Order: sequence, then C-alpha cells, then structure tokens
Amino acid sequence: MATEGVQHVALSLTDHLPVLVVLIPFLAAPLVVLIGRNRLAWPLAFIAAIGSFVVSAQLLMQVGDGDVLSYHLGGWAPPLGIEYRVDAANAFVLLIISAIATVLLPYTRASIRAELPERHIALFYALFLLAFSGLLGVAVTGDAFNLFVFLEISSLSTYVLIALGAYKDKRALTTAFNYLVMGTIGATFYVIGIGFLYMATGTLNMADLAERIADAQGNRTIHAGFAFVVVGIGLKVAIYPLHLWLPNAYTYAPSAVSAFLAATATKVAVYVLMRFMFSVFQPGYTYEAAILHLIILPLAILGMFAGSFIAIFQNDFKKMLAYSSIAQIGYMLLGIGLLSETGLTAAIIHLFNHAITKATLFMVVGAYVLRSGGSFYANLEGMGRIMPWTSAAAVVGGLSLIGVPGTAGFISKWILVQAALESGAWWIALLVVASSLLAVIYVWRGVEVVFLKPPQDDVDRREAPLTMIVPIWIMAAACVYFGLATDVTLSAAQAAAEGLFAGPLPLTVEH
Amino acid sequence: MRHHLILRVITKLLVGMIMLFALYVQFHGDYSPGGGFQAGVIMAVAFILYGLVFSVGQVQQVFPPWLVHKLVALGVLIYAGTGVYSMLTGYAFLDYGALSPDHPEHGQHWGILLVEAGVGITVTAVMVSIHYAFVGRTPMISDEEW
Amino acid sequence: MDQFTLPFIIGHLNYWLFTLLMMTGLYIVVAKGNLVKKIVGLNMFQTSVFMLYISMGKVTGGTAPIFPIDMQIDPDVVYSNPLPHVLILTAIVVGIATTALGLALIVRIREEYHTIEEGLIQKIELEKATREIREFGEVMGGGE
Repeated sequence: MATEGVQHVALSLTDHLPVLVVLIPFLAAPLVVLIGRNRLAWPLAFIAAIGSFVVSAQLLMQVGDGDVLSYHLGGWAPPLGIEYRVDAANAFVLLIISAIATVLLPYTRASIRAELPERHIALFYALFLLAFSGLLGVAVTGDAFNLFVFLEISSLSTYVLIALGAYKDKRALTTAFNYLVMGTIGATFYVIGIGFLYMATGTLNMADLAERIADAQGNRTIHAGFAFVVVGIGLKVAIYPLHLWLPNAYTYAPSAVSAFLAATATKVAVYVLMRFMFSVFQPGYTYEAAILHLIILPLAILGMFAGSFIAIFQNDFKKMLAYSSIAQIGYMLLGIGLLSETGLTAAIIHLFNHAITKATLFMVVGAYVLRSGGSFYANLEGMGRIMPWTSAAAVVGGLSLIGVPGTAGFISKWILVQAALESGAWWIALLVVASSLLAVIYVWRGVEVVFLKPPQDDVDRREAPLTMIVPIWIMAAACVYFGLATDVTLSAAQAAAEGLFAGPLPLTVEH
Repeated sequence: MRHHLILRVITKLLVGMIMLFALYVQFHGDYSPGGGFQAGVIMAVAFILYGLVFSVGQVQQVFPPWLVHKLVALGVLIYAGTGVYSMLTGYAFLDYGALSPDHPEHGQHWGILLVEAGVGITVTAVMVSIHYAFVGRTPMISDEEW
Repeated sequence: MDQFTLPFIIGHLNYWLFTLLMMTGLYIVVAKGNLVKKIVGLNMFQTSVFMLYISMGKVTGGTAPIFPIDMQIDPDVVYSNPLPHVLILTAIVVGIATTALGLALIVRIREEYHTIEEGLIQKIELEKATREIREFGEVMGGGE
C-alpha cells in the first residue's frame, strides 16, 4: 500500500505486463458494446487479441529462465492484496490462449455472419472478449478467490456463447442450461473448497496457502478443501464421469465458439488442476498422492477409452470431435496422475498440442458447416473434392489427433509413454497406444466420408473463404511445425513442469 | 385504464425518494455500509417500480433500452479507466494513490468515489436491462385475467 | 465417537445448517424436473456457501470492522473478519448473474419447446435425434 512517508517508485510499462494481458481484452469488451457498430467490433476484438498475444509472448520470454513475476493489484502487497503471479507454467498457458484467440478471430468473421443474426454480431464479439479475458485471468492470477471470479466471468459468457447456437438448433438452449447448472455446481464446489482452505490457513494467496498447507499435514479441513476443489475444477475439466455437459455444448454451439472452447476452456481448467495439485498442494502431500493414484489415474484411463469408443459410433462430425476431446483430456490427466516431472511435462505439452489440433479440426468443421449446412457425416460426403484445402487441413489435424510421427500429437504421446515407463507402469504405456488405435478408427471414419464418397447435390460447391482457410492452415501448419521442431515446446513445457513441481517460490512480503 | 389509483399515486411519490436514498447509499458508502452495488440496485428499483405500475413503454421513454446497454459498458469503463489512469501515472493498476500523489489518503477517497460511481452505473443499468429483457417478452398474463 | 458430545454439536451449528441447506439445494437441482425449480435449488446451494463464509468471519464479541472516523483505534476492541463478507459480496453478484442467465435461458427454452419440464424436453429432443438418425445416420451404418 502506498502510505505516506514511503517514496513511490514509478512502475514502467514492463512492470505492468501481467495485468495488461487480461486488461486489454477486458477493456475492449465494454468498448465494443459502447460503440455498438458491427463493423468496428471485429477490428477492436482482433487488436485486443493481438495485444494480449504480444504481451503474453513477452511474459513467456521474461519467465523463461525460472523467474517469477509478481504484480500487486491496487498496490496492496500479498498475501492481503490480490497478486498476479506469472511463472513458466501460466505464461505458457497465457500464450496458448491468446495465440488461439488471435488466429481464430479472422475465422469468426465469415463463420459468425453465417450462423448468427446481424444484430448480435457486436454483442458476440463483446462476449467472446469477456470469455477470453476471463480465461486469461484464471491463468494469470495468484489468488484463489480471484480465480473463481475469473472462472465465472469466462463461464457465464461461455453459457451465452453456446446458447447463441440456438439460431441453428434449439438444443443449444437446453445444452447451455445444463452446462450452466453443472458449471455453477462446479464453481460452487470450488468456492466451498477454498472456504475450507481459508478456514484452516487464513489466507487466499496461492503461494501463502502452499506454505501453510505444507506445515499442516493431516488437517482434515484441508483434506475436505482439497477434495472439493478437485471435484469442482474436475467438472470444468470434464474428467470422465463429470463430462456430461461437454459433448452437446461443443456440438450445438456456433462453430467458431466450439473451436475456441475446445482449444482453450478445458485447457485452462486443466492448468488450474495442475496448479492446485502441484503448487498449492505439494506432490509430497500424502493425502493427495493417494487421491491421484486411486481416483485420477483410473478415471483418466477410463476417459481415454470411453471417450474414444463413443466417438467411433457418432454420426455427427462435431460430436465425434467432442467425445474425442474427453479422451484427450484423459491423456492430460494421466500425465498428472503419474505424479512425476516427466508426466507433468507430457500433460503440459499435450495441453498445447491438443489445443492446436482441436482448434484445427473444429475450424475445419465450421468451414464444412458454412458450405454444406450441417456437420453430420451425411452432409460432409465428398467435401474433400469440393474443399480440397480445408479437407487437407482436416487430414493434418486428424493425423495429429491420432499421434502419427511428424505431427504435434506424436510428441505428447511419446513423452506420456516415456513417463509411464519411467514410473514402471508399462501397462499404462500399452493402454495409451491402444487408445490411440481407437483414434485411428474415428479419424478414418471422417476421412472416408470426406474423401471417398461422392459429393451430395445440394451443397454449395465452393471452397471456404480465404479468411477461414488462412487461420485453418496456420493451425494445421502449427500441428506439423511443433511435431518437427520439438525443442521449442518441449523446453517450455519442461520449464513449466519444473516450476510447478518445485512448488512456488516463497512469497516475498514487502513491509 | 384508470384502475390501481392508489398504486399510481404512491409510486409517483416514492420514485423520487427511492432515487434520493440510492444516491445517499452511493455517496455515503465511504463511511457506512453501502456503496455502488447496493445503490445501483436501489436506483434500479425506482425504474422497475415505475415500469411495473405504469408500463414498460412509459419507463422506456425515460430510460430507453439502448441507453441502458451503453451505460452497462460505460460503468465498467469508468471502473477500469480509473485503474488505467493509475497505470499511466506509474502506479499499480487501481492504486488509488495515483489520484492524489501528495496525499495518498485523499487519493483513496477519490478512487473509491470513482470506482463506486462506475459500479453504481453498471449495476443500475444491468438490473434495469434484466427487467426489460424479461418483461419485453410476449406477455403470458394480461391485466384482465386476474 | 466420544467427540460427538452436545457442546460439539451445538458449537458447530452453523456447519450443520450449511450442510443441510447445501444438500437440500443439491437435491432439488438433481431431483426436480422443472427448470425453474432447478434454478431455485441452485440458488439454495449457493446461498448455503454464502452462509458458510459469513459465519466463518464471525469473531466472538467482534463488532463491525469499521474504523472510527478519527482513526483513534482502541486496541481492546475486537473486530469481525471482514474478508469473507467481501468475498461473498462478489459471490452474490456472480450468483445473481447466474440466476438471471438461467431464467433467461428458461424463457427462451419455453418459447422454443413450449414447456419447462425436463422430461418433456428430453422427449422432444429424443424425437429430434431419432429423426436425425433416420435421415443422416445411414452413412456407414452410423445409426445406432
């Protein structure tokens, strides 16, 4: 706090970066509403996304060598004040979110115009920016309760974004309602958990919490708090039996929204889970280790198989991708559940690779929907001939989803298998490979429909517009690039995993 | 449409007082329980009461929906703008000390005043717009069906 | 089991009430088919958490945590912990937003489905899905 007698040191622009990354899109959202013109909404959103992207790239560079940036909101020092805390792990997550949003925004122009009425376009961008800044806020904050607030900002705007799909299919409304009920239960569980932790420790700052929890092994209030937090965040992550909101939400939301959510929302929730399991609660915390081994690990494996298996029997391309997401979340949880640094690296790198892979595939589906009017396999027959560029990107994305060598998906599964072998669980490594074989089946079904069937008569026989092709191919190229140039993502993920595994640096209290 | 006479008269009397009370809660929030959230809701109640007793059309003449929507955004911008101002002057985001560098305590007063004004505007507008959104739908029950 | 004495039970009254209210709310959300009732249940569930936090902030003999205007703080005065209240103020706002959005969705659902009973909605959706499978499901035997 700036009290009298203490000479104030002026902060420079670089000091403000941790708050700027959230603030830019957060300021742009009300501006879009205030201006209210459809034509200005998109440029504003795009500029804000680029701004966040540049800032988060800058942040990642600053924390690359293990530094931790701390920003005190309102000048109030933690643990009393809200702290924004950037280390290698969340800088990486920030970069993923802002990069996806930046690439996705040009794509939204054509897609949204086709799927939403004209009068909603400016409001769509305002909501998109709110969801975006909410997700960034979840990643950047170092305060457990502030995290809840950002989680709800992003969730509430997400519910509306999903409900916007009602202009194509009225089931979007019931889907959004179910997601609202489940998401609110999840968030409330999280708040109960935080309440218990606060009761036992008297602090909400994550770094401070970590210190005090380490001192209080075996406190049953903290155990209860941990359980509530894991279940609450587990709902947002869509851990296998808590996934019920996800398939319909991704299916009936507007295509651009599905792409954004699939690539970012669950990823941020996975990050929160990692943050709580490895930073706030130390890996050495015995109660947690038991939970991870007995609950998270089996559920992850169950999710991997159940998700893939259900995906095989879908007749809607979007729904197939949604169920495949549940399987892929299983891989990330598996990495977390192995409770080793390699496993955590695998989880983080899969978080990144799956984000770009699913973004590619959902954007491709959006392009198909634009031309054929639906995402059922029957609508997509023969689209490979009508839309060669889009479909080629679909193949790249599909290969990455399977984990074929040379694509991003391979790297993460490779490290996951390594982590499994490292911890002596060779059967887990086998299961990872086996579930990848299931991915071959569902991806092949899509490829077969798109390439080997004759086109239907009543579709719009044009390639997708350039504003869609370019973002799709940027993402598809990223799938290949990060499959070949592995050291970029690998070193970032390793730094992130190390940072998380070592626990947070002790809180620097300035008095 | 001349029934509900008592309601109409009382409402006309009350609306002004409700607004005055809202302003009191708003500006006395520094020293006593109160502030933007509460004041905003009380202020919105004045408009909602007027809308319920008279008609949505009449209250929307006073407070048109487009203005409500702009005010939602404006309030947030006032709040965030305060923070941005303190950032521009070299303080942390939302450090009210920036508003009065020589006397940080006065800065706290100014900061709270500005931020609460933003909160008050947004909460009023949000509450009124929720009301408009719900009553603007096709009415299921008309006055005669009671 | 000797810890469950009467003073223990009475001393933790706020937790018992919190648990009761929380489970009631959760039960309503799960068991009731009417969408509005689900929102009511959700509200109860959230409110129980507000009560947990607020009772947590109570300090025995504590007064309202407002400093006297002349800032002459008497060290003997005990103040309640204001932080949980502040947190819950935020959570209440989030709760209002959730309720408003949930009710707005119900209004839209009623306009589209002409019902707000979950069972009937599911029936309509099932019919729709069956129709879709008949129409689109034949490709490669995808229809279940």
